[in-house]
Formats: sequence, structure tokens, C-alpha cells
Amino acid sequence: MTTVNMTVNGKKVSADVAPNTLLVQFIRENLRLTGTHVGCDTSQCGACTVHVDGDSVKSCTMLAVQADGAEVTTIEGLAKNGELHPMQAAFKENHGLQCGFCTPGMIMSAVDLVKRNPNPSEETIRTELEGNICRCTGYHNIVKSVKAAAENMGG
Amino acid sequence: MYSFDYERPSGVNEAVSAIGEDDKFLAGGQTLLPTLKLRLAQAGKLVDLGGIAELKGISVSGSEVSIGAMTRHVDVANSADVKSAIPALSYLASHIGDAQVRNRGTIGGSISNNDPAADYPAALVGLGATVHTNKRSLSAEDFFVDLFETALEEDELVTKVTFPIPEKAGYAKFPNPASRYALTGVFVAKTAQGVRVAVTGAGPCVFRQTDMEAALSSNFSADALSGIKTEASGLSADIHASADYRANLISVMAARAVKAAS
Ligand SMILES: Cc1cc2nc3c(=O)[nH]c(=O)nc-3n(C[C@H](O)[C@H](O)[C@H](O)COP(=O)(O)OP(=O)(O)OC[C@H]3O[C@@H](n4cnc5c(N)ncnc54)[C@H](O)[C@@H]3O)c2cc1C
Ligand code: FES
Ligand code: FES
Repeated sequence: MTTVNMTVNGKKVSADVAPNTLLVQFIRENLRLTGTHVGCDTSQCGACTVHVDGDSVKSCTMLAVQADGAEVTTIEGLAKNGELHPMQAAFKENHGLQCGFCTPGMIMSAVDLVKRNPNPSEETIRTELEGNICRCTGYHNIVKSVKAAAENMGG
Repeated sequence: MYSFDYERPSGVNEAVSAIGEDDKFLAGGQTLLPTLKLRLAQAGKLVDLGGIAELKGISVSGSEVSIGAMTRHVDVANSADVKSAIPALSYLASHIGDAQVRNRGTIGGSISNNDPAADYPAALVGLGATVHTNKRSLSAEDFFVDLFETALEEDELVTKVTFPIPEKAGYAKFPNPASRYALTGVFVAKTAQGVRVAVTGAGPCVFRQTDMEAALSSNFSADALSGIKTEASGLSADIHASADYRANLISVMAARAVKAAS
């Protein structure tokens, strides 16, 4: 067992974990934050995307011990004082989800994307979301949601 | 995943002395962790290089760009220094995998893995880069040996890669639409020592296309490549593309790389 300390959604957490515990397992099973999903075994779908020190990463492809000392934000950490983050609000408004399985990862990637590209074109949104797979929407309304959110976020 | 021990040293020497026969270095984990998860590999211990500050960072001197082994793809893609010295290298890094992979994956991990479809090997061979380890320095062509095989010994660690700055260079890849790995990628560089053309994705290991190098030496333009074919025998064939298809892609990607060269 190895001790890990990190800050998750602004709260300090500490736990003893086996070194082969994935960050996503730690988030879902130790912290019971089940908004972060696991959609594949192959590091391709992006459903597990969270922010580590501000960058979007696939939490299924990182060990919990590698996040020692880091600031982690999950989908549960986006809303502030009961108010949806502009990206969450835009997905709701623009029908950016159907079954919702990919949505937490999609939104975490999209927030990072808009941080890096404050005024993204449709093409930028599509290429920057390459690491997130959606089986339902055909992506069209996801792209629309991200564009709308970027405008609301002052891009 | 099978269980393993974990160590996070803060220096190169500690990392090298921590590594035993069944152990593996852990860089960005974007190849190693998926492999361990599928139980395609097993490790007694992972020696995490993430805490070694001296392995990170980019510096440019007059004639070369130096990139530490633990420098992430996103940092090479966004570096103003790399963009101005070797724009093709920044372009290449910005097209590896997806944003999340680029936020973790490193140049040292990519070249040590030597996936036949990885992008960086083309840049290293195309630019005539030097790979520096804790033991020695070797040319990119000596470093990449064969399919998933490099010249690295078990307790040898890549510390940095140095790239001579070319007159101009370009990279073009035909990405596998699912993984974004190169179905075929060609890196072309016009350097003080001549023109170099390196091909990744098409064969079991990166290689130079010398007929194209000769043609581009006398006339560095896409037209000079017309009619130059690559022999399909020895190239890879799989569900994604036949060897003939890849041979043709080499010509198409080489022409695009020359047009893109800056
Ligand atoms: C969905 C997905 C898409 C991808 N698409 C692409 C793509 O389009 N193009 C591409 O080129 N790659 C792609 N990759 C691979 C990615 O670039 C990896 O980051 C890279 O291959 C490995 O780098 P890493 O830092 O993650 O290394 P790790 O996975 O941590 O390590 C890889 C191997 O190298 C060894 N190693 C690591 N660092 C060193 C060192 N300094 N010295 C000696 N040995 C070392 C490790 O022991 C291990 O065996 C993709 C990966 C994923 C998951
Ligand atoms: S669960 Fe699919 S990429 Fe992480
Ligand atoms: S909404 Fe169902 S997978 Fe995207």
C-alpha cells in the first residue's frame, strides 16, 4: 500500500491504495464520485476524463499514485453553489446528450478545450474532442453545445 | 492489472539503480498502462519517472533543439521555441493521439516503446536526431532497431533527444481514423548534411526512403517525387491497409510533407 494525498474538487483527501489502483477506481470506489464513467478497456473512449492540475486526462490511464499531490477536478466539481457550469448548462440547453454515458467525459474535455481555445471553430471542436467517443448523438449537438458554451464563457 | 510495487525517485541515478530485471520505467503511462491493464505485460515494480525534474523541458541553442525525455507531447506542440526552430516537430506532436493522450504522453516513452506506427520515430530519423541516455549518445538510426525494439539495455534510461535545426522540414501522416496512429507518416527535412526522408507506420520500423532523398537533393519540390515508388514487399499489411496501399501512401504523404515544409 502507498499513501496518496490529493485535492479533489477542492477537498483534501488522503488514502492508502495499492499501487495498481487506477485514478478512476480511486475516484469512483474510494471517493464514491461515480459521475466519472468507464466506457472501455483500451484508453480510447474518454468517458473517464477528469482534470489533473488543470489538464484533461483519461483517469483510466493514470495510477492514483501518479496523482499524489495533484489537484483533481471531476464532473461533480464543476457546478458552483448549485448552479450548473456554463458547459453543463449548454449541453442541457442544446440537447448535447442522449443516454448521457459519455457526457461527463465530454464535458470535462470540452471545458479544457475552451480554456485552450477560447473561441473555437466547429473544426477545432471536432478535432479537439477526438479523445471522446459518443455512441448516441452523432456529435452534432455536442459541437453545438460546446460552441454555445464558449460564447457564454466569454470567448 | 497484476499487482506491482511502485517507486518515484527524484533523480536519474536513483531511477536506474531502482530498476531490476522484471521492472519497468513509467513515463506518461499512455502505452504501458493500457498494456498492463490488458495483462499483455506484467511488472515487478514500476519506477515512475514523473518526479525527476531534470528529465523535463525544452531548450534551444543556436543549432539544436533539446527535449527532455519526460517532456509531454502537449508541451512540444505548444512550445514557442519549437514552433520557431522546427515547426514540423511541433505540428507532429500536436497530431499524436488526442488531447488527453498528449497531456500525459512523453517523447521518451514514445521512442522507447518504438511502436511501428508512432509519429516521433519519423521526426528523429528525418532530422538526424541524437538520443541521449544515462550511458551514451546514439544516432536515431542506431536507436530504433526493429518492431517495438530499440538499442536500450534493461537498465538504460533515455534522458533527452537533441534535434539539429534543419533549413526546412515537413511532416504528413495518414492517420488511422480510430487511433490516430500513423497508417503511414513521412517526415522530410532539408538539412546542412542533405535531404532526409523518414517513413513511419508503413513497415515494422521507421526507415529512410533513399530514392526520394536523392531526388529531393537536386530539386526540393513535390514534383521531383513524381514517379518514385516504394517496393511493397517488406511493408506491413493488416486489416487497416495492404502493403501496396501503404507503398502508395508513402508517395502521397512524402509529396504533402515537401509541400508543407517550412
Ligand atoms: C488512444 C491513444 C492514441 C495514441 N495515438 C498515438 C499516435 O497517434 N501517435 C503516436 O505516436 N502515439 C500515439 N499513442 C501513444 C502515445 O504517444 C504514448 O504516449 C507513447 O507511445 C508512450 O509514451 P508514454 O510517455 O505514455 O510512455 P509509457 O507508456 O509510460 O512507457 C512506454 C514504454 O517506454 C518505457 N520508457 C518510458 N520512458 C522511458 C525512458 N525515458 N527511458 C527508457 N524507457 C522508457 C516504459 O518502460 C515502457 O516500456 C496513443 C496512445 C493512446 C492511448
Ligand atoms: S474508460 Fe475509456 S478512455 Fe478511460
Ligand atoms: S450520449 Fe450516449 S454515448 Fe454519448
